[in-house]
Amino acid sequence: MILSFKGVVTADLLTSILQIMESRMESSNESPRVRKKVFNVLVECLQNLYHHADDYPDGRTALVMIAKEGNAFTVRTGNYIDNERAEDLKERLKIINTMDKEGLKEYYQNSLESSVVSSKGTAGLGMIDIARKSGNKLDFEFLNIDNERSFFCLNVKID
Amino acid sequence: MLEMLVLEPSAKTPSITFNGENGKLELRGRSIPENSIEFYKPLIDWVDQYGSSPNPTTVVEVKLEYFNTSSSKCILDLFKKLEKINGSGTEVKVNWYYEEDDEDMMEAGEDYQAIIKLPFTMIEVEEI
Repeated sequence: MILSFKGVVTADLLTSILQIMESRMESSNESPRVRKKVFNVLVECLQNLYHHADDYPDGRTALVMIAKEGNAFTVRTGNYIDNERAEDLKERLKIINTMDKEGLKEYYQNSLESSVVSSKGTAGLGMIDIARKSGNKLDFEFLNIDNERSFFCLNVKID
Repeated sequence: MLEMLVLEPSAKTPSITFNGENGKLELRGRSIPENSIEFYKPLIDWVDQYGSSPNPTTVVEVKLEYFNTSSSKCILDLFKKLEKINGSGTEVKVNWYYEEDDEDMMEAGEDYQAIIKLPFTMIEVEEI
């Protein structure tokens, strides 16, 4: 385990985690290729949490865990999501996981061209980008909490 | 003639310089702000103005180490603006730099190349 966090993801926290991970990876002599991939995936994962932190005033807590197991880094996140959005996200993740490298590239390009940036600055490209950079299938789970909410767990492996 | 747009770099945003006198635009560093629209607006607005009396050649040098998906959309918007002014008083060229082992950044350049009708030159360097 390199780092774990449970709490509300703020912009400052996000900056701190990125700084810690950057210096950790620099001092551990990781290859620039892996360093960049981990950093990129981490940025997208943390910003996903950040952008959705306000969706639940009473349940803004998110989880972040970063570990190195063997030669692979894993970035795990967990956050609350409403059930309607969970269904959409689940479908998108399933589609992403059916795609190979070339398929993801095409899907990303089409989405980039047609996407509209929300007022929060999100472009709906995060999960495709995470899948591309990780090079592995996205491991995910939606834990149903009640009629309104689920808890979304994402596990990204980078090797 | 517009003179110069300079945006200083920060921990999450790149340095941007656009010299209106020689038509050279450079983006350098990392672009990972939570909300990139705010950050890129001055540049997009500046390109709009630049387009009314551009330099005969416009060279865009993209030397980015990282960028997030929020920025990727803004960078696309920038290229779209430049695509519009290309051929009307200026010839726009893009030089896309990436570090030698950085396949992801090379592919990111190819993504824009696939969407935007501007001449892209992919330049591999040891370090950005």
